Amino acid sequence: MPVSLLWAVDVYGRVYSLSTAGQQWEQCRDAQMEIKRVTAVQQCCWGIACDNSIYLNVHASDLPVRYQEETYENQRWNPVDGFSDRLLPSDRWQWSDITGLQHQPLDSFQLPSSSWEWEGDWYVDENFEGEPTEKEGWTYAIDFPANYTKDKRWNSCVRRRRWLRYRRYKAMDTWAKIPSQQTTLPDPFSDISCGGWEISEEPRGRLSLWAVSLQGKVWFRDGIYHHNPEGSLWEEVPLPGEVVQISCGPGDLVWAVLWEGQLIVREGISRDCPKGTSWAVVESPSPDVGATHVAVGVSVVWAVTKDSKVWFRRGVNSHNPCGSGWISMVGEMIMINVGLNDQVWGISSEDRGVYFRQGVTSSELSGKTWKAISVPRDGDRSHSSASASSLQSAGCFFCGEVRAQSVVSDVESDTEKGSADGASCLVTSASPESFVDAPSDPSDPAPDPPKPRIPKVTSDSFISELVSDREPGKPSKEVAPPAVVEEESTAGEGGVRSSSAGGVLSPSQSGAPLEWSNVDLEEAQGQQVPAGAVQDSTDTCSLSSVATYTLAMEDPYGADEHPLWAWVSGGGCNVDSHYQLNWFNCSLNMSSMAQSVQSMSLSVTPAQTAAWRKQIFEQLSERTKREMDNFRHYEQAIEQSVWVKKGTMQWWRDWKPHKWIDVHFALEQFSGPEGNKDGILFIYYNFYEEKKYLHAFINEVTILVPVLNDSKHTFAIYTPERTKQRWPIRLAAATELEMHDWLALLSVSCCDSRGIHGPPSKQAIWSTTCKGDIFVSEPSPALEAMPYPTPSDQMFWRQVGGHLRVVECNSVGIVWGIGYDHIAWAYTGGYGGGFFQGLASSTDNIYTQTDVKSVYIYENQRWNPVTGYTNRGLPTDRYMWSDASGLHECTKTNTKPPSPQWTWVSDWVIDYSVSGGTDREGWQYAADFPASYHGHKTMKDFVRRRRWARKCKLTTTGPWQEIPPIPLSDVTILPCAAQSSMEVVPLWAISNKGDVLCRLGVTALTPAGSSWLHVGTDQPFKSISIGAARQVWAIARDGSAFYRGSVSEENPAGDCWYHIPSPSKQKLKQVSVGRTSVYTVDENGNLWYRQGVAPSYPQGSSWEHISNNVRKVSVGPLDQVWIIADKVQGSHSLSCGTVCHRLGVQPMEPKGQSWDYGIGGGWDHITVRGNSMEPPRIRLPSLTDPLPALQSPISVRNTEVNGNPVGC
Amino acid sequence: MADDKDVLRDVWYGRIPTCFTLNQDEVTEREAEPYYLLLPRVSYLTLVTDKVKKHFLKVMKAEDVEEMWFEYEGTPLKWHYPIGVLFDLHASNTILPWSITVHFKNFPDRDLLHCPSNSVIEAHFMSSIKEADALKHKSQVVNDMQKKDHKQLWMGLQNDKFDQFWAMNRKLMEYPTEEGGFRYIPFRIYQTMSDRPFIQKLFRPVSPEGSAHTLGDLLKEMYPAAIPNEGEQKRYQVVIHGIEPLLETPLQWLSEHLSHPDNFLHICVIPTPTD
Repeated sequence: MPVSLLWAVDVYGRVYSLSTAGQQWEQCRDAQMEIKRVTAVQQCCWGIACDNSIYLNVHASDLPVRYQEETYENQRWNPVDGFSDRLLPSDRWQWSDITGLQHQPLDSFQLPSSSWEWEGDWYVDENFEGEPTEKEGWTYAIDFPANYTKDKRWNSCVRRRRWLRYRRYKAMDTWAKIPSQQTTLPDPFSDISCGGWEISEEPRGRLSLWAVSLQGKVWFRDGIYHHNPEGSLWEEVPLPGEVVQISCGPGDLVWAVLWEGQLIVREGISRDCPKGTSWAVVESPSPDVGATHVAVGVSVVWAVTKDSKVWFRRGVNSHNPCGSGWISMVGEMIMINVGLNDQVWGISSEDRGVYFRQGVTSSELSGKTWKAISVPRDGDRSHSSASASSLQSAGCFFCGEVRAQSVVSDVESDTEKGSADGASCLVTSASPESFVDAPSDPSDPAPDPPKPRIPKVTSDSFISELVSDREPGKPSKEVAPPAVVEEESTAGEGGVRSSSAGGVLSPSQSGAPLEWSNVDLEEAQGQQVPAGAVQDSTDTCSLSSVATYTLAMEDPYGADEHPLWAWVSGGGCNVDSHYQLNWFNCSLNMSSMAQSVQSMSLSVTPAQTAAWRKQIFEQLSERTKREMDNFRHYEQAIEQSVWVKKGTMQWWRDWKPHKWIDVHFALEQFSGPEGNKDGILFIYYNFYEEKKYLHAFINEVTILVPVLNDSKHTFAIYTPERTKQRWPIRLAAATELEMHDWLALLSVSCCDSRGIHGPPSKQAIWSTTCKGDIFVSEPSPALEAMPYPTPSDQMFWRQVGGHLRVVECNSVGIVWGIGYDHIAWAYTGGYGGGFFQGLASSTDNIYTQTDVKSVYIYENQRWNPVTGYTNRGLPTDRYMWSDASGLHECTKTNTKPPSPQWTWVSDWVIDYSVSGGTDREGWQYAADFPASYHGHKTMKDFVRRRRWARKCKLTTTGPWQEIPPIPLSDVTILPCAAQSSMEVVPLWAISNKGDVLCRLGVTALTPAGSSWLHVGTDQPFKSISIGAARQVWAIARDGSAFYRGSVSEENPAGDCWYHIPSPSKQKLKQVSVGRTSVYTVDENGNLWYRQGVAPSYPQGSSWEHISNNVRKVSVGPLDQVWIIADKVQGSHSLSCGTVCHRLGVQPMEPKGQSWDYGIGGGWDHITVRGNSMEPPRIRLPSLTDPLPALQSPISVRNTEVNGNPVGC
Repeated sequence: MADDKDVLRDVWYGRIPTCFTLNQDEVTEREAEPYYLLLPRVSYLTLVTDKVKKHFLKVMKAEDVEEMWFEYEGTPLKWHYPIGVLFDLHASNTILPWSITVHFKNFPDRDLLHCPSNSVIEAHFMSSIKEADALKHKSQVVNDMQKKDHKQLWMGLQNDKFDQFWAMNRKLMEYPTEEGGFRYIPFRIYQTMSDRPFIQKLFRPVSPEGSAHTLGDLLKEMYPAAIPNEGEQKRYQVVIHGIEPLLETPLQWLSEHLSHPDNFLHICVIPTPTD
């Protein structure tokens, strides 16, 4: 799980973050100002600073926030000037937007705020609908609103071209003030909450930001997207009352607390209306005590009442945002925050520590216990010395130098809202009065004052501020502070001075912060002098006790050892129930902790390099030499015998009608003649009452494929013969565990018989199935031999733990994978994981891996003249809830996750991202069922459907480590020669949003690399491949190909894209580049070879069609070509997703001659880019002589292929 | 990059080349040829010497044969110690093959246990495993196993099936990660110059302060003489499976990787050869 951050603010206004992998609070030193509250999401953190403005801290990412500005230059032809900017009066502007309605000259584009910068100057876009245009980028038409073409015709009277310029958000990792451009400023903000990113997947980065102003109004920030992190404007949201605090969950839950202590729930929040439509009122959990704080997640609501009690709301979900009832929880908190995965944090009212709710799972949302997060803060030492010095100078600290202490002045401005200067003076002069005695009588043991007289100190300056707000009208606000002063003196004169002063003093004595102690004596006074002056605000008093903190005199803790927290936000903190956090156990003994951490780590990774370990390995091999090597001819004491394991299973019988029948299953293992192990597999079955058996030699088994589905635990066994037939031995075990036991055993047995141990080699061929299983095969030198290569159906594949959609490698052992959820993973060098346990798995480089994918079902409706669209179809129609084909009924309730390994992690939601588009409710229309659907209703449409998606998650283990944080859709690694001395290996990737990225710092020792370098493109990309000599080819989402120029060691990202026209009328989807060969696959399954690629002309000249029914291609460092093919006919059956090998590929004949069929179907991906083993080749000098550059990849790399790329 | 798994394999497949010669005093019909065999370090003498017995019985009369026992340079070899321990304790730093004398008479009842059949070895082996698990997991793991699982451990050893044995033994080597190791480390320290058979006490893998105990820590407490003092000549060798691990090797790791199949860490402390 990637590292993420928990944010918190202490009572001094300092912002800290705690990493999920860390063990200490890191102060956010960048903040020049004290922050009062923060609300975090994964990509950024919003805060309210002491100037009551809102600040945004966007976390730095390798992927920049860029915005593409575009404008069109329009010209008309006239006989005199030719094309010129002299347009007809009725024409559009010379510079306009795409519609021509908006006047947009280049200089009208301004940066939206000081947080932005221009990336470069304006330039002309020379790409038109996937086709390169002429040099100047003009597109021609007969007249303005018309169809444009890239070719000039005789009747082209007008032309236009597109200018582009990018601006970039530069205020990364810093608190940037959100400019308030509005004339009617919302009054100062007091609370803020960010969320709502799960309402819709697109547009990306969309967030809902809700803010509460001091006057109790609620504001919604509109227009926050990935490209516009600051949002555009504040919109006021009408309210039934005055709001104190608001909370917005990741989804559509928004709750707020009213002054009166009720809660309000926002209703009508949807994809189209993130602001929602109305409020519903929910009563406070306890009839007498009002709510003061609320926190919501995806489907949970937590609340805190005035008496610090914590409540959990039952039955909350997207359909019922109000929930059904309150449950009282243990613990007393002043605030609570719900983060990702509905995990909960709180700040205890007792000690102001941050607590984590343990045991929150999707099935037990309320969790189990509160656990204190007890980690030190960075700079704790310096802090303690600072507080010591402040103790010494306490007198001046609270008098003269108050102004210098920004924190204190911050509080003042809070209280006074920065307006009433005189009043703030009053406060400052008032506080010294009450505190200045502290140093004069520090040893005063101060007898325990009667409880009610202990002044309550507000936890948050806002509360008192809000309290003063409660008094109607402005004047009273300014009167409030003097009233406090009055109270002070009254208390002093009332003969209880010593005790009350003692109570007040304790914070200064202990060095505890006074800054936050906005002393609010109203309550104490209210009880003390029932008919006091401020009696009019009794309700205010009770409110002021809301979320207050009673200063316990008995424990004079220093601030340095006990941080006092004011606010916590876990909205960006990604932990779940089985995540191991190191936050809890370092409170007692730091040194022993450090020690044990060290010793723990000894048995984990550094153990690999520890001297003692190395020494044991050396001595063991010495021992082998000493005691065994000279005595190999001795007889072994124990003769190897046969070992049999038996079981019962079901077998998909070979003869028709095919069905599952019960069989006995036995594996006999024995030692072969040369000491190697071997075995035979027997399947005993009854054929018309006659006992028969089927057998397979273990050394002939080429692969064991688990085929988990929701009803059976099955696996398939292939031999070369079975692969030819496309008909494996299919077996089903009774339980998943049993299946895994057998698979692990058979797999070990197969590997033993072939002498395969340990991790895959660097040359290994990797592949993945459509189920996400990962297989690896060791190539023999003969695999690419000419003219008789090893048949691909004889390749032995073994499984590696983990779950991936794509895996890519190169020959120095760098392997990357991408999961279905687009998360990138780097191979750790281990083997096993998953169901492989014990000996079939390495131990110290196996990690937890998760993957998430969506399951889709369709809701189908037919139109009838009476009721319109209903779920009543014709008798001949498909199921009203079905799969994509319509043949199988799939309802929301009966649809299960794909296999028992998967569990649901979300509810069913409408999927709007269907090809063809949808209407606002997600419907797609068509004339009849099986037809092509479109996103809007027409007169001819009688049926409609919409897609529902539900996410499920799988957790497994494997030799993979996550590479956060950018999700990827494709990755490619430079194929190196076998004995390559290349240090830093070029690795390129496409983010799942289509950005092109270049990874820096990838070496054989650090395969994960260090950081991304963003490579600008004018449109999103989808496939990329880097071949020898750093030839980078990529495919854009519109199906066009690009070649990247000038990529070199010094300039790893190259300098410009060259647009390569696609094969006519085809949209390309994938590219793979080997030593010199460039192959692409288009969306119709055609495989294309790029002709004319030469060192001097790396872009090549034209596409040549090679094959159809191709799904994917992988070209290796020897220019070997492997594909995943569809529709491969075997002798028994047809298979889709089959691994195929191009035969006859030679330097002079890079296109090869025919296909050889290997393992399949159900294969999704293959990479042969690690296999740089030169096959034993019959040397024909005449073949290699004319092309010396092609003899070996090394010589190719040495020639400066990209020195001067020819522009196209 | 070597994996810890390789250590397990190396430990399991450790072999000692041995030359069995018949005792001079035995009455034979004709001269007995010596018999050469690779003995598994982790097994037991009486378990792997069927061939030896068969070989010598060919030259002997049935009436002259009593229970077979072994002796090395005058010391009767205890079959209930693993072969590797016997070798390290008595014969390390000698020339290979290890020369063992075979006796069929005058069984030294005072020194050796009788071993009438393999079931006695099995009982001894299983009781060792149970004892070790009592130390490691309060017997929880071994008690959770079924009879056939116990059998699998024994059959694995008897038939020299590494995979079969470790498929089960793996469970005995697990421990909760938060505890950092077993409850106690099952170990035995052997020495030649003592009447005590071996030292066996309770010792935890992790100190109360949370740091991992090392081999050095163990010896310091159990056998301080085995650790050379500052500037002093090394007087003793600390041998496990024929190798001398560094004293800073974590004990928990040793217990997981260098234990014998009986789950005990057998440590031999022998005098440093003088030459």
